Amino acid sequence: MRPFGYLTPPDLGGAIAAVTGRPGATFLAGGTNLVDLMKLGVAAPDLLVDVTGLLPDRIEPTAAGGLRIGAGVRNSDLAADPRVRAGFPVLARAVLTGASGQLRNMATVGGNLLQRTRCLYFQDVTKPCNKRVPGSGCPARAGDHRNLAILGGSPHCVATHPSDMAVALAALDAVVHIEGPAGPRAVPIAGPFGGLYRLPGDRPDRETTLERGDLITAVEIPPLAYAGNSAYRKVRDRTSYAFAVVSVAAATDVAGGVVRDARLAIGAVAPVPWRARAAERVLAGRPATSEWFGRAADAELAMASPLPDNAFKLTLVRNVVVRMLGELAGAGS
Amino acid sequence: MTTADDTSSELTLVVNGTAHRLRLDHRTTLLDALREHLGLTGTKKGCDHGQCGACTVLVGGLVGGRRVNSCLLLAVMAQGAEITTIEGLAAADGELHPLQAAFVERDALQCGYCTPGQICSAAAMLGEAAAGWPSAASASLTSPVVLDAAEIRERMSGNLCRCGAYVNILAAITDVDRAAP
Repeated sequence: MRPFGYLTPPDLGGAIAAVTGRPGATFLAGGTNLVDLMKLGVAAPDLLVDVTGLLPDRIEPTAAGGLRIGAGVRNSDLAADPRVRAGFPVLARAVLTGASGQLRNMATVGGNLLQRTRCLYFQDVTKPCNKRVPGSGCPARAGDHRNLAILGGSPHCVATHPSDMAVALAALDAVVHIEGPAGPRAVPIAGPFGGLYRLPGDRPDRETTLERGDLITAVEIPPLAYAGNSAYRKVRDRTSYAFAVVSVAAATDVAGGVVRDARLAIGAVAPVPWRARAAERVLAGRPATSEWFGRAADAELAMASPLPDNAFKLTLVRNVVVRMLGELAGAGS
Repeated sequence: MTTADDTSSELTLVVNGTAHRLRLDHRTTLLDALREHLGLTGTKKGCDHGQCGACTVLVGGLVGGRRVNSCLLLAVMAQGAEITTIEGLAAADGELHPLQAAFVERDALQCGYCTPGQICSAAAMLGEAAAGWPSAASASLTSPVVLDAAEIRERMSGNLCRCGAYVNILAAITDVDRAAP
């Protein structure tokens, strides 16, 4: 590991200035992904600017009826918060399915959003990877891609975003608050015209719309009347403590056997948490039946371009979506 | 005063109630500080990547402390915090912590390498459950927690045991939970 400096500036402005002014500097929060990537040689900062004592670390109700979650809130505290558990079960469930009790105690909300892909080639510095070394190539398409993307990938990269929490936040229309050298701003996590994340295209090394020195300070969840009728299901290779093969975050408003509105996001299928807007459009106003739930999934998956060893995810996504929407319709009607 | 170009820091680690003044390279994890600099080798290095839980320690005290993977926590990040390792669990007179006694009673180990991490993790896990934290195995997110086998397995999934002593680890933790007031 490369030697590095370590700073704990007195305030966020100082932290942002420290990272803005030094190309090799990076923010450090929980460290569960960054420290690991430094051990692997994938990340090699020459300065860590520790913001754990500076980031907001509380969850507060907003005037609109939503929640504002400080970026320094630990994953375990987010999942344990009574307002999250009762009002946004999809979010509590998503966080609880991620990592382990130890890691959730360390990992922060802001860091969770910015964790890097677990694609084997990205994490192995002896292999080419367009994300890690732009232009070096991508062995995944012809190699090990069972767990990689079926949606949103490019010839240059088919890595998947690993977060569970971000999938729930995408379904909930969360807004990410950012402080940076250019001042504060807010972007949707997964808006209809973009947001925090970028699709890889020919620049898979550029994963977000954050610029040097930008720091996520909070995540805001707008109110959603039917968020209480929401769920998260994660399919993985072992029962616990594993990344998703496929995950689905869903919330539905069902009355009289008809879907009035629905939110759907899919995890582990794309380089970003994938908001399934095509599926949502099919669902709105349609009968709450398995047939229509399946049509909704098909509408989303129509734009998929799977590889030989991950085409099974098409069936898996469809089955999980149909089953979850059925369960939510039964619970919510 | 540490500058951005310094690659080591003078810092204080408070471990099991004792303050230690050290100068450490920033690359030193809490795990390596404990084992290589303080001689506290009870905490084990398994994978060194946060995947096995052998390095689990408590940050914030034996009671109410948070379990963390000390292999992913830089020592410089832990300065000032109250750190409890397996060496700090028994009472001053040598009486074993209830989890230590239960692991012995239930023969909850074979090689023993994962045991310090299992016990530290379980100590904090029982506190999390007592505080009402749900888990992925909880049918309800808002009901009181009942630590049945599925709950304990899920909550302890960050601690691997390659000998496969899980059955007796589960029994030991269940014993301590049932004996709790």
